[in-house]
Amino acid sequence: MAALAPDAGVKPRRRLLGKHPIGLLFAGPYLIYWLLLFAYPLGFAVYMSFRDYFFAAPGAQVDRPFVGLENYIRLIGDDDVHRAALNVVIFIVINVPLTVALGLILATALNTAIPGRTFFRVSFYLPYVSASVAVVAVWLYLFNGSGLVSNLLGSLAPDPPFLINSAWAMPIIALFATWKQLGFYVLVYLAALQNIPGELYEAASVDGAGTIRKFWSVTVPGVRPATTLVVILATIVGANFFTEPYLLTGGGGPNGASISPVLLMYRQGIEQGNPGYAAAIGVTLAIIVMGLSLLNRFLLDEE
Amino acid sequence: MGSSTIEGQPGTAAEPAGDQPREVERSGRTRRLVSLAVLLVGAILFLFPFYYMVVGALQQTPDPTLAGAFPNPANLTLDNFTAINGRINLLRTLLNSGIFTGGVLLATMVIGLLAGYALAQLEFRGKGLIFNVLLLGLIVPFMLLMIPLYVMIVRWYGLADTYLGMILPFAVSPTAVFIFRQFFRQIPKDLFDSARIDGASEFNVLTRIAVPLAKPAILTAVLVTFIGPWNEFLWPFLVTKDVAKMPLAVALANFITTIASSVANPFGAIFAGATVLALPVVVLFVIFQKRFTSSDLGSGIKG
Repeated sequence: MAALAPDAGVKPRRRLLGKHPIGLLFAGPYLIYWLLLFAYPLGFAVYMSFRDYFFAAPGAQVDRPFVGLENYIRLIGDDDVHRAALNVVIFIVINVPLTVALGLILATALNTAIPGRTFFRVSFYLPYVSASVAVVAVWLYLFNGSGLVSNLLGSLAPDPPFLINSAWAMPIIALFATWKQLGFYVLVYLAALQNIPGELYEAASVDGAGTIRKFWSVTVPGVRPATTLVVILATIVGANFFTEPYLLTGGGGPNGASISPVLLMYRQGIEQGNPGYAAAIGVTLAIIVMGLSLLNRFLLDEE
Repeated sequence: MGSSTIEGQPGTAAEPAGDQPREVERSGRTRRLVSLAVLLVGAILFLFPFYYMVVGALQQTPDPTLAGAFPNPANLTLDNFTAINGRINLLRTLLNSGIFTGGVLLATMVIGLLAGYALAQLEFRGKGLIFNVLLLGLIVPFMLLMIPLYVMIVRWYGLADTYLGMILPFAVSPTAVFIFRQFFRQIPKDLFDSARIDGASEFNVLTRIAVPLAKPAILTAVLVTFIGPWNEFLWPFLVTKDVAKMPLAVALANFITTIASSVANPFGAIFAGATVLALPVVVLFVIFQKRFTSSDLGSGIKG
């Protein structure tokens, strides 16, 4: 801003485009990419969601009638949508407490002067960076009827086995995703812990606070932004499951018990040829997810 | 391994490590021991599925009991790799994964670096707008774009079973642009200005100064970006129906859901495929583990 003041009498080109017009050329490719593969499909998703959109042969002129809110009304009464929404809630209920508790515990442990910290950090992060398809394959054989976990549990194993048991299928997906992503959150919590000024702990000690009191009064508020991140990302992750229900529970089974919003969109939009309806599900989900992040930002600013 | 072990963990770790201030020495040691124990339990939970994957990939006949988790020299073989290679052509699918990932990396590095540099170091009209566009790209979930992108790329442009069709939606990640922008913001403007005063063109400033300086940021961006397309399942799954064009993740998922039963030891063959899929990322991550966590991207620019 300050640099603009002495520019009063400069060439008009500079006035129009700024001090470094070449910046437009450099940032241009990104802007074009964004318009073609982000903004346009975004608008297209909204457009489609108000139409009875269907696939036709390329180049064919077909009428895709405007249907108003029909897709959205259908969505409200759709049992599969209800089940998918419930599954997001099941995921959040299992994932958030486990992630917050284990993430904080492991980060606290990692934040002490102990040998092998690099080894621990790498091993925690490994599931997070590995391909879902590869690690889902392992869980498939750990939890199927004759798998290692069922073998270890013996008569305690659920019947029907975990992955084809409607009470267990979604919780197993939730445990899988919690396991896969925990390492990422450990690092987030570790960074948050290291940002808490040491003086806060010293001040608390002077005031006579014990370890537990210090944990609740200094550590927990100090890592709050990290905890908020866990909650917001849990909503997004829960809505986005695809590989897990597709491979681990045989396509969201049994009987749709582990279906996810994105798997539902795939089925409706691509397998069954109702892209307009699938787009309506997508738009609704995106509004909910973005609403939650805005609400959260608002709450954080309030403090 | 399983839910019972995971849930059992908080009890051990929530244990406060020493309350008496007079025994600082002893409590410090207790704290370290508890931390070490917690971290070891964590490392076992995180690493066991990987260990099980490799052991399973090398077993002649599968053994889903606990004994099967320990390698028996008499039962070891490389046949599983041959078996899966006979069904999904590992070399071909690895090459497909490589081209898909390489294309994304190339586009992200060129377009992302240019945009990040311009946003951080140049003054031009529309800069604020482009930055806001970038932020929007970070918060809108991909699921909203999935259906319209499918219609555009597969139906309109006929890019099914092409590398371009796989690459396009991932071509420039806003995260990478962000990494470059953050990196270039830490470099004093004077450095570039002095080159300009010496008569260097904007293009030369970019290629002679900005790009060589950005090497650490490029490495970070490459590592972060690499994981995305290499591990991605949903989008290439939607785009490829031709086995010869499938990336390994898609081909392996296809093998799991449809043709695994056609080999003698499906368990071993799937684990062999999973090992091949997971290995490149694991190796990269272990080698460059410091780059994934260093919050101070600019540590190398002081000199």
